[in-house]
Parts: sequence; structure tokens; C-alpha cells
Amino acid sequence: MSVKVEVKNLTKIFGKHIGRAKELIKQGKTKSEILKEAGATVGVDQANFKIDDGEIFVIMGLSGSGKSTLVRMINRLIEPTDGEVLIDGENLMKMDKKKLREVRRKKMSMVFQNFGLLPNRTIIENAEYGLEIQGVDKTERRKRAKKALEQVGITGYDDEYPDQLSGGMQQRVGLARALANDPQILLMDEAFSALDPLNRTDMQDQLLDIQEGLKKTIIFISHDLNEALKLGDHIMIMRDGEVIQTGTPEDILTHPANDYVEEFIENVDRSKVLTAGNVMIRPVTINIDKAGPRLTLKRMKNNEVSTAYVVDNKRKLIGIVDANDVIGLVRHDSSDLRSVVKTDVPTTNEETPISDLMDDISQTGIPFAVTNDKGQLKGIIVRGAVLGALAGNEVSEFE
Amino acid sequence: MSSIPQIPLASWIDSFVDWLVQFTGFFNAITNFIGGINNAFQWVFDLIPIWLFIVLVLALTFYVNRRDQRWGLLIFEFLGLLLIWNLDFWRDMTQTLTLVLTSSLIALVIGIPLGILMAKSHVAEVILKPILDFMQTMPAFVYLIPAVALFGIGMVPGIVASVIFAMPPTVRMTNMGIREVPDELIEAADSFGSTEWQKLFKVELPIAKTSLMAGVNQSMMLSLSMVVIASMIGAMGLGTKVYFAVGRNDAGGGFAAGLAIVILAIILDRLTQSLTRDHRG
Repeated sequence: MSVKVEVKNLTKIFGKHIGRAKELIKQGKTKSEILKEAGATVGVDQANFKIDDGEIFVIMGLSGSGKSTLVRMINRLIEPTDGEVLIDGENLMKMDKKKLREVRRKKMSMVFQNFGLLPNRTIIENAEYGLEIQGVDKTERRKRAKKALEQVGITGYDDEYPDQLSGGMQQRVGLARALANDPQILLMDEAFSALDPLNRTDMQDQLLDIQEGLKKTIIFISHDLNEALKLGDHIMIMRDGEVIQTGTPEDILTHPANDYVEEFIENVDRSKVLTAGNVMIRPVTINIDKAGPRLTLKRMKNNEVSTAYVVDNKRKLIGIVDANDVIGLVRHDSSDLRSVVKTDVPTTNEETPISDLMDDISQTGIPFAVTNDKGQLKGIIVRGAVLGALAGNEVSEFE
Repeated sequence: MSSIPQIPLASWIDSFVDWLVQFTGFFNAITNFIGGINNAFQWVFDLIPIWLFIVLVLALTFYVNRRDQRWGLLIFEFLGLLLIWNLDFWRDMTQTLTLVLTSSLIALVIGIPLGILMAKSHVAEVILKPILDFMQTMPAFVYLIPAVALFGIGMVPGIVASVIFAMPPTVRMTNMGIREVPDELIEAADSFGSTEWQKLFKVELPIAKTSLMAGVNQSMMLSLSMVVIASMIGAMGLGTKVYFAVGRNDAGGGFAAGLAIVILAIILDRLTQSLTRDHRG
């Protein structure tokens, strides 16, 4: 995968004596020392990262961490004090106003926390703003704006005004406005933070859906780790203007760089109190005392699974059977289901925190079986459900 | 204090005005220009029959309030204008209206760009603010003196004095309206690659419209408050009637003309306010 955006030593210092503050940063002084000595505030301190083409890159941090400043330096809404932003290898910092405007018009669009819709324009007029200022003629831009609105699921509201729509709908318009330009890069600054939880989850799902088809490079700012884990292909955690850790969601969860990140993750786990019991789903089970290979195969077919969990009359876990093996039995007209049961199934109990299981789950292909102290099968844990639960989803498909 | 010589402020200003007077050609050109606008308005008002004028005012009111009709205002306008006609103040009223419209128009044409400049440039704001304060707080009478010296007697110096007195609200409210456009909208405009002009015309001015129109409304009311003062240097109209009534100790005539000014003021105020109310484009 090729690198779409590369940021080198990007720094923003607010206040006076910026030259002096720059020197102090290079000497490795802390933020508070610089504030004391030069009276300047370091907004972003020498950020370095690369973003691949077509990925969702989440920049995460609490308020004041510099994440909003950082994203605004990527399209130069805020002029960096130092450093470089390379887009397709081209240095944004060296561009004159005209060239920069071209990049903003064609290559990247932004979605804002409070939507940033123009209150005096209708929905369709808002969606076509980016095209309008490029001088695209009216019928063409209407067509493209309509298409973008359809993409985000807003139809029939063309002539309404933003304040007539709910927050979630307004942000869809904000997203449509950004998509209408067909940019390669989307900058989303806390785009879903102003929405209520239900709407937020909806929008996250929708963004993932849209991304599936469009494969934009998305830089997403968030203060919510659950959101970051759900959306991000890579996550970068910031604190006090510094980059603390960059990695995949699994990297961050399994190898937190320091206590700060660890505390973040703990907060997530603690808040959800996620144990194996919370994330397990109901497996397809076969009672070996009652069922033979043919019935087993039928059940598996009906449930569209290729593995089934084998239990006895007391629901005690025996092992798993694979569809291919059962088909083999049926062909040979054998009824000895026991002969194909694999018993080396990883098991755990309901109270085990899933953070303890993360490593094993990511390595084994077979779902964990959750059993109680009598060895009875209670459920199974599949990888998707764990990640979904970490990202804040309820485990709903308990069937 | 006697040991300190008095600062000859008055004579400095006198010599400044005297110095200005030498640019007669320049001030004549301005006089002709403003006089031209003034005469154009007056010509139109003289051309329209009174009944048609009343119908037009009612139609305009009906149109600007089309989404939210105000019948009371229509009745008031109808009766008020009939009263002015009946009192034989019609031509005076149109002269006053001409003065107000001309000075408001000039205040708007100069004031809005100044307000934009003030919103965009910190330096401009620092310079303009005290000047605006000065323009608004200096007793309006004072402007009449140099105005006569530079523009002679008649409508034009009255208009000039009105413009100076009435312009500050337009400038201030334009400035305020643009500065109050939410940051996120400015960022949105910039992030999509708007030029400065596109940002001004497509985002800032439309959003500042309500506040800008409130400034225009205030300017218009202030220039209306100047009509009596302007009549002292020969600006004709309802002000003249009031001014003469004062000289003749004629309370009845004064009030009658004053009432006509009030009626005109209310009509102008309500009309511009209707424009201010957001009808969305």
C-alpha cells in the first residue's frame, strides 16, 4: 500500500517568542518549561506519521492534546510553525495560495464537529458548495451533490434548511458536502462527537459502509477510544501535543506504549466490564447422545456453519466437529460421530476478562468455548464479537 | 492656567477648513454628484401621483411581509399617508424622504465596505473606531458649519451632515456581523478552497445580513433625526416646517409637521425591519 499523507516534524507553537520556543523544543524541554521560559504554548510537538492510501487513520486524544490543531495543519487552516506535510509526496508547506486552494478543492475535504453548514442555504445548496466555488456549472453540480446526498442516505430534503434537520441528518449533509468534491482525503474533526450515542453508532457504521465502496484516505479525529477502535485501521494517540503511540487497534490494546495509554484502555475495559460472558454468542450445538452424523450435517446446513460444538445430555462440552469430517462419515455410512470429534478446543470461563484472552483469540482460528465449572458449554467467543464489543457494540446476535 | 498660553484649537480648525475651501473644484464635483442623486429621487417622487405613491407604499409593505402579513401596519400607512396629504405636507414629505434616502444610500455605499474592511483588518479597526465615535458623538450642528463652507446652502450640505452623523451604525453593525460569523463556517469556507471574495459574498455577508440590515435601519433613523437640523442650512422638507414653526412660536404647525415626520419614520422603520427579518433568501 502506498503512503498518501506523510507528516514530518509537524510543530505548532502559539504565542510570542516562537523562535525561542522552537530552540527550546529542539533542546528537549517540556511544554511547561517552554511556557515558562518563552511564554509560548506548544500545540503540537514534532508529530511524525504516515498514512496509507485508503485507510482510516484515527488521531485520538483528550481535549487539549493538539489533535484538532494537528488536523488543521494538514490542510493548513492553521499554519504550522515548523515541519512538513507531504501529500502524494508533494510538500503542502511549499505551496502558494493558489496551489493550496487547488489541493483543498480537489484533493481533500473536511467534516466539522458542529457540521459547519451554512444556515442560509438549503441542503442541496450546502452539499454543492465545494463544487460551486470551483465553478462547476449548475446542472452538473446539482447532479453530483444529489449523488453525494444519496450516498449518505439523505433524500427528499433538498430544499429544507439545515436547522430543520436533526443533528445526525445535518452531519450526513456535512459528509455529503465533503464527498461531493470526490476528494481523495477526508479530514473528519470529531465529526460524530456532537451526536447522541445512537446516531453516533449509526454514523460510524455508515462511514464504514461508505468507506467499503469508496476507499478514501480518512483522517478521523476522536476523543473516544471506542470510536477509534471501531473505525481505525491505525490509531495515533496524542497527549499534550505529543504523539504517544501509533499502531493498529490490536497493537494499542495488546501493547500499550506507556501508563497513559494503558490507563485509557483500562478505562475502556472497566467501563464495559467486558468478560468472556459478555461477549460470547450461542453456538450451534450437537447432542452426541442423541444425534448421529446425518442429523448433525442437517443442523449445520440449516445454520450455515462449518463447525458445530458437541455436547452430551448434560450440555457438557465434548469438542467440535468439522462439516467435512461429518460428510466423510455419512459417505462411509458410519454413525460413530465420536470418532471425528476434536477435543483440543480452547476453553475459558464466563468470568475471564477478555483482555486476558486477546492474545490467544488473535492467534487461534477456533473460537473459544466458554464453559462453567461443571464443564457445561455456555457460549463461544468469536473474534468479531470481541472487537465489536471493545468498540462499544452490544452483542446482539445471541442465538 | 494663566501662565500657559491657550491652545488656538479653534483657529487651527478654521485654517484647516480655509485650506480645504481652495479645492473648490473637488467639492463642486461632490456637490453635483450628491445633488444629482437627490434630484433624481425628487424627480421620481414629483412624477408619481399621490394616490399611486400611497398604493406603491402599501404594495411594497404587502410584498416584504408576504410570509407574515401585518394588516395593522398597512392600515397605519394608509391613514398616515392620507393625513400627510390632507395636511398639505405631501411635497415637504417627499423632500424629507429624498434627503433620508439619499443620505442613507451614501451611508450604505461607503459604510458597508468600511465595515468589511474593519472586520478584516485589525489596523483598520483600531483607526476607524475612534473616528466613528467622534462622528457619532460630536453634536450634529457642528457639521453644518464646514458643510456650508464647502458645499454651500441647500440640500447637499444637509445630506453631507446627515451622512456623517448617520453612517457609524452601518459600519459598526457590518463589522460586528462579519466578526460574529462562527469560526467553523469560516473554516468550512476555507477548507473547501474558497477565495477571499467567495468567502465574503457566499458566507460572511449572507450570514451577517441580519446585523447589517439592522445597521442600515439605524442609519436611516439617524438621518431622519437630522432633517430639522439640516433645515437650518436650507435643506427643504418637513424639517423646514418645524424650524419655521419654532421661529414663529407656532405650536400647532410645529406639531403637525412633527407628526408627519413621525409617520414617515414609522413607515421607513417598519419597512426596513421587514427586510431585516430573515426570509431566507
